[in-house]
Formats: sequence, C-alpha cells, structure tokens
Amino acid sequence: MTTMFTPDHEWINIEDHEAAVVGITLHAQDALGDVVFVELPEVGRTFKKGEVAGVVESVKAAADIYMPVEGEIVEVNEALRADPSLANSDPMGNGWFFKVHVTHMEHFDALMDPPAYDALLKTL
Amino acid sequence: MSADLHAPLLHTPLHALHLELGAKMVPFAGYAMPVQYPTGILAEHRHCRYEAALFDVSHMGQLKLIGEDAARALESLVPMDVQDLPLNKQRYAFFTNASGGLLDDLMITRREDHLFLIVNAGCKDADLRHLTTHIGSRCTIVPQPDRALLALQGPHAVTALARLNFAVTDLSFMTGGDFTLAGVPCFVTRSGYTGEDGFEISVPGSHAVALARELLAQPEVKPAGLGARDTLRLEAGLCLYGHDINETTTPIEAGLSWAIQKVRRAGGARAGGYPGASVIDAQLASGTAVKRVGLVGLERVPVREGASIVDAQGHKLGHVTSGTLSPTVFEPVAMAYLAANHAIVQHEVYAEVRGKRVPMRVSPMPFTPHRYHR
Repeated sequence: MTTMFTPDHEWINIEDHEAAVVGITLHAQDALGDVVFVELPEVGRTFKKGEVAGVVESVKAAADIYMPVEGEIVEVNEALRADPSLANSDPMGNGWFFKVHVTHMEHFDALMDPPAYDALLKTL
Repeated sequence: MSADLHAPLLHTPLHALHLELGAKMVPFAGYAMPVQYPTGILAEHRHCRYEAALFDVSHMGQLKLIGEDAARALESLVPMDVQDLPLNKQRYAFFTNASGGLLDDLMITRREDHLFLIVNAGCKDADLRHLTTHIGSRCTIVPQPDRALLALQGPHAVTALARLNFAVTDLSFMTGGDFTLAGVPCFVTRSGYTGEDGFEISVPGSHAVALARELLAQPEVKPAGLGARDTLRLEAGLCLYGHDINETTTPIEAGLSWAIQKVRRAGGARAGGYPGASVIDAQLASGTAVKRVGLVGLERVPVREGASIVDAQGHKLGHVTSGTLSPTVFEPVAMAYLAANHAIVQHEVYAEVRGKRVPMRVSPMPFTPHRYHR
C-alpha cells in the first residue's frame, strides 16, 4: 500500500519516502467547499506527527492540515498556493499540499489503509 | 439563538425540494437549512451578482400587528418613524434594550389593515415575547408560521419574476404589494439582503414548492444557500444579527444611525419613548468610543470573525465580527469594531491570524456597490 489516510482526512503517498506527497481527501474538500486559500509550511522545517503544518480555508471555514508522519518538508505545491481551487478539482493529484522526507516508517504504517478510511467515511 | 440544541430541527416547506436539488443541509437557528447546493458557494454567490438566485428564507419570522394603535405601540419598541410610514412602504428597523443595545433587526411594511414584520429566525421567539409583553394589550399580534418566504435576488430577478406577473416591475426598492404568482396570492416586496435588486416573496407554505419550482424554471434563476447569502450580505456591508450586531452593540456604534428618523431623535416631534433612547440620543450627539468599520485585507489571507485587530505596536484596537475572502472582488473583506480614533477610512491596521499580523485597511462599505431599483 503506498497511499494511507489519517482520521483528519489527509492522505500521504509514500512511493518516494524521501519526498512523500501529502494532501487532503476528496471527502475533506467536499466538506470544506470552495477552497480559496492555503497556508503551506516552510521548506526545510521539521514537524512531529500530528503537528499543524498548514491551513486550508474555504469561503465558509478554516481547517488545519496535520502532519501525518514526522519528517522534514522538502517541497510545497506553489501551483496550489496560486490556485487553491486545485484542492477541490484534483485533491488526490495536482491539489497536493507538500512533500515530506519520512524518517519514521512506523508512523506511516500506523495510518489508515484505504478500506479502513472508507469504513471511517461510512460512519460520518 | 434557539435555546434547546437537542430539539429536532425544524423543516421549512421547501425541505424536500432542497434535498432533491442536492443541497448540503446544516442546522441554523433551529432549522435544517441549505448552506449550499452542488455548484458551491462561489458559483451561487456570483450567480446572484450577475444573474438571479433563489433563497429559501422561510426560517425567518413573519408576523402581523393589527389594530388602530399598532404603529404608535410599535414606536415604543423601535427608534423608527412607523406612524408616518406610507402605505406599502417598507422600512429597516431594530428593537432596542434599555442600554441602547440591539435585540434584533427587522423589516416593517405598512399594509392596508396591519403592519407586516419580518424578524430574524434566531430571535423570533424572543421577539414575539417582547412584543406580547410590551404592546400585546395595544394591538393584536398574529404570527404567520404557515407562510414561507422566498428571496429572489440579482440583476435579472426582475426579468424572471416579471414573466410570472408583469406588475411586479412597478415596485421600487423598499415597496411592496399583493401579486398573484403561479396562481397563488403572494405579498411581494422589492427588497432583500444581498445588495442587489430583487424581491422577497411571502407565500402560503402549502404553495411554496410550486412557486419555487416555477421560479427555478426561469432561465436566469438558480438556487443559492445560506453560505452565499452570508458572503453576499457581507460584501454589501449589511449586518448579520448575532455577529455584527447584538444586545451589547448600539445602533450608533454599528453605523446604523441613518435608520433612525429625525422625528424620533432628540428635538424631534416624537423623540425618544423607546428603550435606551437616552443612551442612543447621547451617542448621536457626542459619538461613540467604538465604531463598526469595513476592512480590506492587503494580503490574500482570509480574516474571520473573532480575529483581534491591533496597531503597528501590537496594541489591541478591536475585533472582527464577520470576514471572508470576497467572492466578487477576491480580496479579504471583514467588518470589525474599532476604537473610534482608528475607525478612519484608509487607516492601516493589522489582524492577528494564527499568531501572524496581516495588514488591512479601513474601507468604506459596501465592498461591492448596491444596485437597488430606486
């Protein structure tokens, strides 16, 4: 499994563990509505698992982006900063938020796999 | 707001239609209300600015005051000229408390044999108690829970509604009358809360769905939810009760002194005689320590309700009561209460957002021009 999910509706794809991609899920963007602003972390900064690493704001509300794993930010999505609506139109693709160098693989393994995340969505 | 958070949510007569249209429903003032439809708030907002949008505002309270003494009685609760309000003219008003604070804001229309009031959903139970307690012996208060309220707003609202009854084109801003729409007798005013030309239509609840479908069948019209209604009224510089105004803010602090007619001010023929008149007259004469202002963000960071406003040295100047990224001008816009010596257009201040200071400029309101049909 290369993509895992958090209970806070982030996803992380770890095909490249030195630059694992993080974004928000289809459900998250749907719940937020039209995304109009994102705040992205500084490249080079290290976050612990669960720390707030970014913010996503829709017309209605603001939501924190929590770090799904511990690691250093190696890249942020400047295209998303310029056009926050990418988080709505392509949340699992071009609407990614940042890339992180994952140092604790056990953090990744502890996240929810797609069936577990689907099961969570059914309870909402 | 409704006190019992665990009570089942009430439904407006359009509830099933909202679900059919794919609305996202949220609790609001005790009702299940559509916050948005599948197109989303931005598209709904823009559709209202450029075409026409249909809102269900049936959660709001509608009531009649009947009797010879109704206008005089109502003047004992609001600082407005009600007695001289001409037939079928509508007027913005507010109930005040003894400290000059605002209990609710409302619309009053003079009808042939009654005054027609529209009050906020979250306040309607308290308003009814307030009216009954203070003027219940002087006039008959008749709530209209069986009526729905539709708002058709936007530059093409008149084109769409004229197809149902051309006579509505005779109405000008803040006037009303009886019109048959889709075979149903309705009370229509040319008013609204979006800053656009448009209409509010009071219709028997039993016929609301049929009328809404007829309106939605017009090519200009799409449904819009409370989310767009909120961003539209904010761009139009209009206060939302419970956020920008409440029982601790006076109409003078809120910049609503334009709504208090001369005849009710100190020196006027019917000066005072409503709760808090001495406070309000004193503030009209000498000003207030704080004022509601508009703010425009100089960076693209949305600034929301609750954010502190500070000066360059970090001293607190006030707080934001409503804010969003304007879907029309695509800049952050907000309303805030500021110390009066900083409530000066072009004055630069800072909003505290997540521990950072975001520069903002005090701006005239509305943020987008009103386009009423006067």
